Amino acid sequence: MSANRVRVVVTGLGATTPVGGDVTSTWSALLAGQSGVRTLTTDWIDAVPVKFAGTAAVDPTEVLPRPEARRLDRSEQLALVASREAWQDAGAPEVAPERLGVVVSSGIGGISTTLSAYDTWKERGWNRLSPFTVPMLMPNGPAAWIGLDRGAQAGVHATVSACASGAEAIGYAMDMIRAGRADVVVAGGTEAAIHGLNMAAFAAARAMSTRNDDPAAASRPWDRERDGFVLGEGAGILVLESEEHARARGARIYAYAAGVGYSADGHHITNPEPEGRGIIMAMTQALTDADISGLDVKHVNAHATSTPAGDVIEVKAVAKAIGTHPLVTSTKSMTGHLLGGAGGIESVFTIKALQERIVPATINLDNPDDGIEVDLVHGENRPLPAGDIAAVNNSFGFGGHNATVVFKGA
Amino acid sequence: MAATNEQDVLAGLGKIINEITGIPASEVTPEKNFVDDLDIDSLSMVEIAVAAQDEFGVEIPDDQLKNLKTVKDVLNFIQN
Repeated sequence: MSANRVRVVVTGLGATTPVGGDVTSTWSALLAGQSGVRTLTTDWIDAVPVKFAGTAAVDPTEVLPRPEARRLDRSEQLALVASREAWQDAGAPEVAPERLGVVVSSGIGGISTTLSAYDTWKERGWNRLSPFTVPMLMPNGPAAWIGLDRGAQAGVHATVSACASGAEAIGYAMDMIRAGRADVVVAGGTEAAIHGLNMAAFAAARAMSTRNDDPAAASRPWDRERDGFVLGEGAGILVLESEEHARARGARIYAYAAGVGYSADGHHITNPEPEGRGIIMAMTQALTDADISGLDVKHVNAHATSTPAGDVIEVKAVAKAIGTHPLVTSTKSMTGHLLGGAGGIESVFTIKALQERIVPATINLDNPDDGIEVDLVHGENRPLPAGDIAAVNNSFGFGGHNATVVFKGA
Repeated sequence: MAATNEQDVLAGLGKIINEITGIPASEVTPEKNFVDDLDIDSLSMVEIAVAAQDEFGVEIPDDQLKNLKTVKDVLNFIQN
């Protein structure tokens, strides 16, 4: 890469997840191996075969003022909470509105709003709908509200690619800064799709775990007994900044957002490509973009969702694209799968691992499946080496979307 | 049932406006102008109208809503 290329740094982190209402509590829970997956008691639970999910540890309506919360879909509430944490964590940077951007995505959008508004319309008529129904259900809503909250005018975007959405958002934000279109971008992913229809639909795709008798053990990436993913909700947000801008204001720098790689499988609308060619391409491009070799990568926060097909294909691809040496973990074993929020929270976790030089163990991984050559972290957390190292976050989505983001220690 | 006592209607309206905008119900007094005094925008007025219809059983058509400039205007509309 050219020596004068704009470098992007991470200066703020925010998260609200099934294991904690902020980054500090979430990270502590991950290092303690705590599951955020719980039995659900909602009124639609009898109509779905899956009786559990990773609900947000802290309800966003308890954090936000009520007049604000009532105008927001839950996916927007979670995104605003995490974005405000990230912004404060970054030291509330002073930046001109036309140099501040937002890229925040969701995979599913405001599905709870869509469905409850449908009921209101059918049962009570159009004039009983909230005038905020459209901004609550539109998938760019979380990005738009954060943009308004911050006064961002350099571009406010929502990259939608199912479960790759959050990682694609971070990559797009990096590209905005590197292209010179913004100095600071708030980026990440959010999801609030624990709704009966969404659970029923994923169950109809035979994608979800039905381990109803032991929810906390249901998300078990790479384990022989895994039977599908566990749905989670929450948001993870980064403040990304050009290195020049961050250094000029004396900001604390967590890590470099060093590279991003995208690809599409071109294979099947839901099934992963068996040889992992698309995800190898994404990882290889991300390393090239970061101008590093596989040997520099010491840690991978894997996409690994606990599905029978995907988990092993991914680590075989990691072995080919990066090598068998990185410490690989799946924090989804504890948070569940946040769909479009996954790339957001897992980028936060990848950066925390680099900062504190520790990789949280994958829980519920009692008997690793056959054919895994990479170094899976399970049983206990493992340290990362000192020095100039990199770590990778993978996110893949229905539709065959693949995104890999590379972070380098600061 | 439509509430007819002005104090009851004012209290109910104050509760609705507080719920929607966060403005303390005590600040919702008859002379207040929604835009100039309470900083309530047109979509919030729609929300308030929808909630008032549920609370008081009085439909407020859009062409009437735009003429309701003050709290007193709404009180009069609901009571008549």
